[in-house]
Amino acid sequence: MDINDFIKKVEDEYEDITPGTLKPDSIFRDVFEWNSINALILIALVKTEYDVTIDANDIQNSKTINDLFEIIKSRS
Amino acid sequence: MAIFSTQNVTIKGISACVPKQEVWNIDYNWIPKKDRASIIKNVGVESRRFAPRGVTTSDLCFEAAEQLIKSLNWDKNDIELLIFVSQSRDYMVPSTSGILQDRLGLSHNCMSFDIGMGCSGWVYAMSAATSIMQVSGIKKALLLVGDISTINVSYRDKSTYPLFGDAGTATALTFDDNAKPIHYNLQSDGSGYDAIIMPHSGVRNFISKKSFEYKKYENGIHRNMFHLTLNGIQVFNFALREVVPNIKKTLKYIDKTTDDIDFFVFHQANKLINDTLRKLLKLEPEKTPSTLQHFGNTSSASIPLTIVDKLQNEVSTKNVCILANGFGVGLSWGSVVFELDNISCPDLIEY
Repeated sequence: MDINDFIKKVEDEYEDITPGTLKPDSIFRDVFEWNSINALILIALVKTEYDVTIDANDIQNSKTINDLFEIIKSRS
Repeated sequence: MAIFSTQNVTIKGISACVPKQEVWNIDYNWIPKKDRASIIKNVGVESRRFAPRGVTTSDLCFEAAEQLIKSLNWDKNDIELLIFVSQSRDYMVPSTSGILQDRLGLSHNCMSFDIGMGCSGWVYAMSAATSIMQVSGIKKALLLVGDISTINVSYRDKSTYPLFGDAGTATALTFDDNAKPIHYNLQSDGSGYDAIIMPHSGVRNFISKKSFEYKKYENGIHRNMFHLTLNGIQVFNFALREVVPNIKKTLKYIDKTTDDIDFFVFHQANKLINDTLRKLLKLEPEKTPSTLQHFGNTSSASIPLTIVDKLQNEVSTKNVCILANGFGVGLSWGSVVFELDNISCPDLIEY
């Protein structure tokens, strides 16, 4: 499991993100407008690609892309 | 586990009725244009039907039932079971089923009752109707299923207002010695009862003046205690956690694979949920018809409405095997597997 793959998947999923701009230490709430629909898109992506369930608390407790990736890694 | 099969009962026809008035989410000026576009793209709802004030679910179901009875050429005296499934009944007291029994001109020998369920309601009512018919030998039954949801949501709540549409449906069942069995897998989890709730809609928190005071919960989310509240992320995770295992267990129970099923008709919750379920089950998009785009989430009507609007030609000209799954408010969810063999499926009615 590779964080660069994860970043690429996230960039593909969100129109607002210019490909190549997302880094492991990017704070995702700063990268695009954080709202409930974008949260659902993220949850769906993680479930579909990694078969891992993340919830509102996980997103709340994560700041960077890497924080999220660590949660996914620990559950897969 | 509530996994079982019923014998000797088959679906003979399905009809649906929606209000004429169409409301477009592109015009939803409570939120910025960019947010409207995001809702249309991700939630998948471009427009939905709105019943005028005073028009009830039973009005829509009545139209659907009349049309279906006519197309089947049924004698109304033969209908001995009527189940009305809704969360928007005509009255708290009495039940709406009796009103429909009388209005449709059915005989006094017809048993009728309400089931107060939403997203999973059609699947649950099918299990009740087919079980009663198998035991009693009742020859003909009607399931009248739907909701007027638009009346319960706050215009100033972007988390619910753009999502719901109104619809009423009728499903006709007959006793038939040669019918293929119908299979069920029904589940519930009331610990999530408040994920989708109208807090002041019953006896627990009885309605008062205070019920109608608006409160701001988040940006773009203002509502009162009589309005529907919906915890999107909670419902989303519930659906992702429960629906796929339920379907897999159902298929295992009947010794079939997804390839043996012609169509998977899901409750139309929202596009993100439904697309994710489809991907997790590795199903082709053609196998999962959807009515979200122009009808939105129609609560318990979503499964029969989707069959009428998207599969009319298939179900009325050949024999198709369908797995339907309803999931949501309650929390409640379930699958039903059944065949539709050249059924009566009249055109969608606009009321």
